[in-house]
Amino acid sequence: MNEAIIDTLKLEYTNIKSVNEKVLLFKDSGKRRRTIEQLFFMMFKVAAMINGLALIVIVSYLVINGYQSISFEFLIEAPKESMTKGGIFPCILGTLYLSCGAIIFALPIGIASAIYINEYAVQSRFLNFIRLGINTLAGVPSIVFGLFGLAFFCIVLKMGVSIIAGSLTLGIMSLPVIISATEEALKSVPDTYREASLGLGATKWQTIYKVVLPTALPGILTGTILALSRAAGETAPIMFTGAVFFTQTLPTSIFDEVMALPYHIYVLATAGINIELTRPLQYGSALVLLIMVLGMNLVAIIYRSKLRRK
Amino acid sequence: MNDFFKLTASDVDFYYGDFKALKNVSLNFIEKEVMALIGPSGCGKSTFLRCINRMNDLISGTRVDGSIVLDNVDIYNDRIDVVNLRKKVGMVFQKPNPFPKSIFENVAYGLRVNGIRDKNAIAGMVEKSLIQAALFDEVKDRLKDSALGLSGGQQQRLCIARALAVEPEILLMDEPASALDPIATQKIEELIHQLKKDYTIIIVTHNMQQAARVSDKTAFFYMGELVEVNKTDTLFTKPEKIQTEEYITGRFG
Amino acid sequence: MIFNRKTTEKTVHSMFFLITTVSLTVLSLIMLFLFTESIPLFETVSIKDFLFGEFWYPTDEPAEFGILSLIIGSLYVTIISSVIAIPLGLMTAIYLAEIASERMAEIVKPIVEMLASLPSIVIGFFGMVVISPLLQETFDVPIGLNLFNASLMLAFMIIPTICSLSEDAIHSVPVALKEASLALGATHLETIIKVVIPASISGICTAVILGMSRAIGETMVVLMIAGGAAMIPTSIFDPVRPMPASIAAEMAETPFGGEHYHALFATGLVLFIFTLMFNMVAAYISNKYRQVGEASL
Repeated sequence: MNEAIIDTLKLEYTNIKSVNEKVLLFKDSGKRRRTIEQLFFMMFKVAAMINGLALIVIVSYLVINGYQSISFEFLIEAPKESMTKGGIFPCILGTLYLSCGAIIFALPIGIASAIYINEYAVQSRFLNFIRLGINTLAGVPSIVFGLFGLAFFCIVLKMGVSIIAGSLTLGIMSLPVIISATEEALKSVPDTYREASLGLGATKWQTIYKVVLPTALPGILTGTILALSRAAGETAPIMFTGAVFFTQTLPTSIFDEVMALPYHIYVLATAGINIELTRPLQYGSALVLLIMVLGMNLVAIIYRSKLRRK
Repeated sequence: MNDFFKLTASDVDFYYGDFKALKNVSLNFIEKEVMALIGPSGCGKSTFLRCINRMNDLISGTRVDGSIVLDNVDIYNDRIDVVNLRKKVGMVFQKPNPFPKSIFENVAYGLRVNGIRDKNAIAGMVEKSLIQAALFDEVKDRLKDSALGLSGGQQQRLCIARALAVEPEILLMDEPASALDPIATQKIEELIHQLKKDYTIIIVTHNMQQAARVSDKTAFFYMGELVEVNKTDTLFTKPEKIQTEEYITGRFG
Repeated sequence: MIFNRKTTEKTVHSMFFLITTVSLTVLSLIMLFLFTESIPLFETVSIKDFLFGEFWYPTDEPAEFGILSLIIGSLYVTIISSVIAIPLGLMTAIYLAEIASERMAEIVKPIVEMLASLPSIVIGFFGMVVISPLLQETFDVPIGLNLFNASLMLAFMIIPTICSLSEDAIHSVPVALKEASLALGATHLETIIKVVIPASISGICTAVILGMSRAIGETMVVLMIAGGAAMIPTSIFDPVRPMPASIAAEMAETPFGGEHYHALFATGLVLFIFTLMFNMVAAYISNKYRQVGEASL
């Protein structure tokens, strides 16, 4: 180790003599590149901020203009005087019926499909075909779902404009969302869990039912909440299948038509008797819908980030 | 005297968050010598290597104390531009990592980002680097082909050529042959022998025979500390520390 | 006992298989109905007149069913919204994947997700009551409900799609490639532009195409704020009537089974084919140009 000691002495010598002989290393020589880099990074950051700004502007605009309209009566009363006064209770109720109906239909089918794809199916052409089909379904425009619902559920199956027809239309639209959310949740279950269970003599179905599904459940739940919020906010698929302009009474069966919040906003904002006069109602309704949808999303996002931290 | 050492590290401590990965490491490097860093996994040898071109800056939550002086300049000085530092200190990684571009473009990449536009100059440098990396004869007819079509050993030599093209003075090699078969490994080792005429080389390896074959000096790291450094022959035949002896005789690690 | 178990397994397996085919069945039914409900129209109107006819007067006597202006309206809103959304979405993705600190990313990501979850009716409403008067004042145009307004609002609906899919693609570029570039003395920006983006370009293209597909199919925004005029626009501030808007606005008022009804289904079919093409191209790109992983040995 003598050499190392000598080395240290030499090092001290060099440290004393440490003048900036090689300019190359210093920042000045790369100034232009650095400036360009900083400029670009600033631009990227501004782009990201614009998204935040857009969200904040839209939400705060609706809050500022809408909060005065929201009262207890607004939430529990029916519209009055040709929808120029009163509340939006039937619309809230209708939206809940339609979106929950959609999930009741889509959830079991979606989960079962995801289980089949992720747990049972072997890689094959047919599987690729199924995936292609699900992806295509996910890309179908919402208005086309509306057309299909009208032609198939309302007319061919003779359901008419009703909760059931609207729910089914929204349901098939939610199907791909639930399938992909469930698939992701199933994929995140480690294979060792499955192997451990199978190794103990459990059958495949027992393994799925007792080990895989419980582990994936939180992920599936998050996906379901997101699908529910999306279904609640949709307008185009229900405008010919489930929602109507105005109803005298609350629905009593699934074959009744309903009012729905998004459609109500649309009608008030574009085709009401006095559009300017009902602005407060429009702001109030939009704010209520926004709170419902963003609230559900926020719950899902917070829940998910908690899960990830675990 | 003052130019005796190309690079000196003194009292280097390195932290990943609260974990101290390097403890008080001091090590000197002489120009145009090969220094091998050996030790069991997790001993800090790769971390130390990545301190020399400040690659660890990329990992958030890390911190370096002490100083590393290259050509009389402390590279952790605030006024140092890491980009320029990395031009001077080239690096070859554990796994070959060519860009998904052509062979030519891989080698030309460093030149282009450093502002060289002259096509003839670039072509000349690419050829020179490929020759230096002993790859030119194998690829001269397919410079436009994708680098991903090369074998693992060829890819690694391409990565060496890519590093050489920027004309570094120091070459860091992080287990450059660990992902290669014996024949490709041998080629890389021969190449190191060639390169040492022009470059100061620091190579991390978990393979003691390789360290013995390619290096002039060897440093043994254990648990984040530098245990011993000496001429390679001496270290492997007459280690001074008991831990070194245990490691090189294969009692742990 | 063992026999029972086996039967259960088999039953469960085939049950799940059957349920999985529901998606395919539904998709086939959608296509079937789009076709069968469109075909009657072509007994009186030729496909050429339908697709390339400039005049959409569905309620006139005699009615004219040419959807060229609707198609062009749809294409215009898609292109203009993409011009706004692609740079913004991509830059946000790069910011999130490469530049933002972990803490910043944890704030910005949920914001992008929330932006994605805003109901289209709310965005349409905002465009109507805020952007429209703003445009009228700032640019002194007669109608605030126009091509530009709809495209701007649509852009913010598709930014999240473009951003989050691109971000995934950028994230999956191997660290080894980035390190190789940095170790050669490239700056972070040069590494992003010359290595990271080229390595993730197929994922980014897929993201952009899926974003455009979403823009062309979006209904409420164009229904409320595109202006609704079935004419070929000459300026960015002209009103347009994209296909979804036409369907949504007219379906409620047309008698079932009439010529107009079939014409709207045919419009839906054209719209469906457009989105199908977008999705096919996206699927093709992501299959064909799989992202380069680590160098194979």
